[in-house]
Amino acid sequence: MSALAHVGSASAAPTPGAADETAKRGRFLPYLLLLPGGLWLIIFFVVPLVQLFTVSLQSRFPEYPGYYYRDVNVKNYWSALTEFAPHFGRSLLFAGLATFFAFCLAYPLAYAMAFKAGRWRGLMMICVIAPFFTSFILRTIAWRQILADEGPIARIANALHLLPNGHITETWIAVVAGLTYNFLPFMVLPIYASLERADPRVIEAGGDLYANGFTTFRTVTLPMSMPGVLAGTLLTFIPAAGDYVNAELLGSDRSTKMVGNVIESQFFKVPDGYPTAAALSFTLMALILGMVFLYARKFGTEDLL
Amino acid sequence: MAKGGFREAKGDLRIEDVTKSFGDFTAVDDLTLVVPRGSFFALLGPSGCGKTTTLRMVAGLEQPTRGRILIGDTDLTGSRPYERPVNTVFQSYALFPHLTVRDNVAFGPKRRGEKDAQRLADEALNLVQLPHLASRKPTQLSGGQQQRVAVARALVNRPEVLLLDEPLGALDLKLRRQMQVELKRIQTEVGLTFIHVTHDQEEAMTMADTVAVMNLGRIEQMGPPAQMYDLPSTAFVANFVGQSNLGQGRITGRDGDFVVVDVNGSTVKIPSARCAVTSGEVLFGIRPEKVHLARSSDIDAAIRDRKVAFGDDMRATVLDVSFIGVATQYLVRVPSGATWSVYEQNLDVDPIDLKPGDPVWLEWDPAHAFGVAADGTPIPGITPAPGQDAP
Ligand SMILES: Nc1ncnc2c1ncn2[C@@H]1O[C@H](COP(=O)(O)OP(=O)(O)OP(=O)(O)O)[C@@H](O)[C@H]1O
Ligand SMILES: [Mg+2]
Repeated sequence: MSALAHVGSASAAPTPGAADETAKRGRFLPYLLLLPGGLWLIIFFVVPLVQLFTVSLQSRFPEYPGYYYRDVNVKNYWSALTEFAPHFGRSLLFAGLATFFAFCLAYPLAYAMAFKAGRWRGLMMICVIAPFFTSFILRTIAWRQILADEGPIARIANALHLLPNGHITETWIAVVAGLTYNFLPFMVLPIYASLERADPRVIEAGGDLYANGFTTFRTVTLPMSMPGVLAGTLLTFIPAAGDYVNAELLGSDRSTKMVGNVIESQFFKVPDGYPTAAALSFTLMALILGMVFLYARKFGTEDLL
Repeated sequence: MAKGGFREAKGDLRIEDVTKSFGDFTAVDDLTLVVPRGSFFALLGPSGCGKTTTLRMVAGLEQPTRGRILIGDTDLTGSRPYERPVNTVFQSYALFPHLTVRDNVAFGPKRRGEKDAQRLADEALNLVQLPHLASRKPTQLSGGQQQRVAVARALVNRPEVLLLDEPLGALDLKLRRQMQVELKRIQTEVGLTFIHVTHDQEEAMTMADTVAVMNLGRIEQMGPPAQMYDLPSTAFVANFVGQSNLGQGRITGRDGDFVVVDVNGSTVKIPSARCAVTSGEVLFGIRPEKVHLARSSDIDAAIRDRKVAFGDDMRATVLDVSFIGVATQYLVRVPSGATWSVYEQNLDVDPIDLKPGDPVWLEWDPAHAFGVAADGTPIPGITPAPGQDAP
């Protein structure tokens, strides 16, 4: 911001009065430029958030179902958390697994795109992005077919007696697979960007200084791509933890439900569910914020925070 | 000490018939070179002539399309960079951005399993006068500081062959001189083979045992610095190493140990031993400091006498006079239309009384002249600029 102000005053006109004028304008210009974005954030983020928070503390009129009054009812949080603790656990676990698998798939892919693809790079990039052109829901439904009992994957797995109850759909495996698939591009792109930006000479320097291929990867390439890995894991984990579509379409009725599903059903299906849903949303947000903060503190670089 | 596939190889660096092509472009063209163990070899050449490509092949970062690279009797062709007892100071420094300066320098020793890698790194940082910045990250350093870290990072390994790709280019003159002295000291003390790419001729001349001038993927000439300067063997080298006054001429005969050359009506002589061609077209050359200026006013008396006593001469017109302190540089136009330069040492305190437009005589000792083949390469200064015809 000060840099901007500086530019403004540096281009000041020669007369002292005009210079003052320009300097003043220069000081306000950055704030002026921040205004649209700031307004947007306030209207569409801060206001609903405050609204949601008040809802999460409301109490119900016992005699009038569907009517609430303003209150500071912390019990909402307590009951929501005790009742839906397993769903929180599942959300974090599934999101964590999906992030892990996405990382395992994305890193080699991003590496190949950045260093080995040559003229195929553009095509690979399109393949990574192309799924975005169709609906998220549609693609998830397609996975139901891919993983269906009559599908090739389930058949092979069954032939090898890998599935205890004979299905992939309706199990956590399908949910994690769906999450992994859906958020894979968010892992690939930042890692690719950070590898692409890495100076190939620096990687060569590793080899020049007696590090073999694997050691160079471990001590040079991977650390240099850490900002991308960090961004990718956050971009995968955060939406995956709040997701409910995958659990809805690929999971079973009970054992694979995530917090997102609970929030959705509390909002839309359960009478009097608003405060619970709001309390769950808020807790999830706080939880994710806290985890992201710790994670970034531990692995983060100046580039990110 | 060796780890993994590291190859202990000692001896002269030998590059045998090496060619490197990128697609149908030949970056290095049938290069053969022997750099004796423990010598300082400087590689000069215009941008894009293949210097970096040559170094990269020695380092193993690029494989030659044809030919072999050996150190002593060990054939290193095809081996990986980490297997070679060779380190590089990269032209772009290529420091590890995620490591501190000290860890950057300690990287090589650590990979080789040195126990006191950190101490070695600190020593190397002392050498490049950066011990106070050891815990910074490379992005927090200036260009010249990064460059010195790059030098330390390669030097700390004491490799059999050290490749330096313009390692001092970003330093100010004083620091550069200091680093040159340090590098030369280490090189002679430890007896390492240095291959040093530089655009600074003075650096090449003062530091190297052997200088090679590269052009279009080939070595044009190679030899001790003084010899390179005194007797260039091609027009390219004559112009690239120092300055040369050149004149397009034709050999008309012989006079004892000299060949007689006609340059645009002026008759000059070149020692036969210093002339690369024996008949026909030739490029006559003389270094600017070997030429002396005589006032045209006393031509009749003085010059005629001196001509007999001293050597060859040529009439010219002063174009520009610039005082450089120890010397005065004159730009003069010779009858062929080319611009020559002349350095006169300021031995006396006489005021400089020549000004642009004055007619002068140039004179020189023919023993200093040289002749190279007129191979058709464009020679700067020999073709008169349009609209500047001699009066
Ligand atoms: N990977 C590559 N693919 C294609 N051409 C290349 C490649 N590397 C180098 N070249 C070409 O080979 C030639 C020699 O390049 P090189 O880097 O060796 O030049 P250099 O002598 O080091 O020049 P400079 O003094 O500018 O560093 C150049 O014309 C360059 O364009
Ligand atoms: Mg180069």
